[in-house]
Amino acid sequence: MRYLPKSPAERERMLAEIGAASIDDLFAVIPAKHCLNRDLAVPRAHAESEIIDYFRAAGAKNSTGYASFLGAGAYRHYRPAIIDSLVQRGEFLTSYTPYQAEISQGTLQAIFEFQTMIAELTGMDVANASMYDGSTGAAEAVMMAVRATGRHQAVVAATVHPEYREVLGTYTKYQGLPSTLVGYDRKTGRIDLTTLAASVTDETAAVLVQSPNFFGVIEDIPAIAEVVHAKGALLIVSIAEAVSLGIVRPPVEADIVSMEAQSFGVALSYGGPFCGVIAAKEQFVRQMPGRLVGQTVDSSGYRGFVLTLSTREQHIRREKATSNICTNQALVALMATIFLSVYGKEGIRELAEHNLAKASYAAKTLSAKPGITQLFTGAPRFNEFVLQTEESPAQWSQRLLDAKIVGGIDLSRWYPELRNCTLWCATEIMPRAQIDAAAKALAAKLVKA
Amino acid sequence: MAYPANYRYTREHEWIELDGSIGSIGITDYAQNSLGDIVYVDLPKVGDAVTANATFGSVESVKAVSDLYSPVTGTVTAINEELKSAPDKINEKPHETWIIKVKLANPAEFNGLLDASAYEAFIAEETK
Repeated sequence: MRYLPKSPAERERMLAEIGAASIDDLFAVIPAKHCLNRDLAVPRAHAESEIIDYFRAAGAKNSTGYASFLGAGAYRHYRPAIIDSLVQRGEFLTSYTPYQAEISQGTLQAIFEFQTMIAELTGMDVANASMYDGSTGAAEAVMMAVRATGRHQAVVAATVHPEYREVLGTYTKYQGLPSTLVGYDRKTGRIDLTTLAASVTDETAAVLVQSPNFFGVIEDIPAIAEVVHAKGALLIVSIAEAVSLGIVRPPVEADIVSMEAQSFGVALSYGGPFCGVIAAKEQFVRQMPGRLVGQTVDSSGYRGFVLTLSTREQHIRREKATSNICTNQALVALMATIFLSVYGKEGIRELAEHNLAKASYAAKTLSAKPGITQLFTGAPRFNEFVLQTEESPAQWSQRLLDAKIVGGIDLSRWYPELRNCTLWCATEIMPRAQIDAAAKALAAKLVKA
Repeated sequence: MAYPANYRYTREHEWIELDGSIGSIGITDYAQNSLGDIVYVDLPKVGDAVTANATFGSVESVKAVSDLYSPVTGTVTAINEELKSAPDKINEKPHETWIIKVKLANPAEFNGLLDASAYEAFIAEETK
């Protein structure tokens, strides 16, 4: 696809052809009082050196050197240097949607490898080329289940990331899809199975749960699947922390898995771009939104890659397309592909073990202080945990910030019943010294008393 | 390929054969020829209601996905399970390969459809 500007000579010829004297003539119908007859009030052109100075100064305003216990859908993991050096290659960085297989083999193969790795990790038969992020992935998975079942109701766990639920709400609101929220067990932080069983009916298209869930707790997927499948509904498992798959059993009982793959080598970058994924059992492949790359053989018998099942996509079947996901997150998905290739099967497992160990140490160290209790200890978790403090987060957060530590996120914003409860995350890059420092700062008030 | 005289046809290129109040529905030779190799048929379920001129499924070829329109109103009594594994039967024998069977709510609806000569005249017009 080329964007070629017109030369002055071409403009003259075009104007002559339509009988206009100048470009301004084309706008003559607009009343003079609505026309802007001065230059736009934008800053003057700057020299490159001035622009660099400007951004250096702006960059210096960033807070640096903080240890952060924030997680909740956006995770700090180490990014091997090879990721950025490879994705910046022009062949990947500037390539467009690979409609034309003949000239896009590299891009198509990279996507195919991504799909293969994601399918293996999630225990599904097939994965797509990526979605925008974990939230749109979850919402599109629900829409996919509606198409596959012909049913028109959704059941959603309250422990699915609240922002994912908001995105789903935006989708369902205009599709007129009713959805029921199912609460959690106060001891385990897992979905309340009794309420779930009562909420799933013969009209339910899909049940959406998350594991590890928003409290960091790993759900009992086989037990949930039994309840869901008993009513002929589909089970969608959302995964916000992809690194958990290094150690947590994949949700093989699910019909559809939606995932946020940011943890696989994608920088946090002020909230995006992230990388969503949908993977599913093969029987649902035709209802899957977005691109799908397949492997084939060319006329000479060589392995080749193509966009497959694209007859259902919007560039061919506009108004009846399975979704309007268009140019995908190919470059971000490539980061995840490189990350997974660098770590490999053993590496991902070790990485997950480090996360588990760091989070266990953090949970133990922080909750050992007086006035601090760890909640939801009745079920296994991954690299996040919930703490309840006697003081409110507003009271202790400044003490931590003074020690250059960003504490856990206040859960009462989404769960008013969880007063003084915060969600903490510790990944492999969290130094033990910072965990100890956080425990000290958190308990400082009680120490003084 | 000849269009059976006892069948009736739609402008969306489906055929229907009536046996009592049960109609067998498929797509015409013209339709399969325009679609090319059929790789998948999206079928309704037995017991589903179908409405005249409304979609009841789709056929997917290597070129496109096309909706299937029901010629009549009624209830699905059978689906052709064979098409799940061998959708190309439609290409091979379009007029012998039914896709669904429907119990017509009003069997008289059959006679309101195009007969073979009217359908042949219609496609002759389409291909002009």
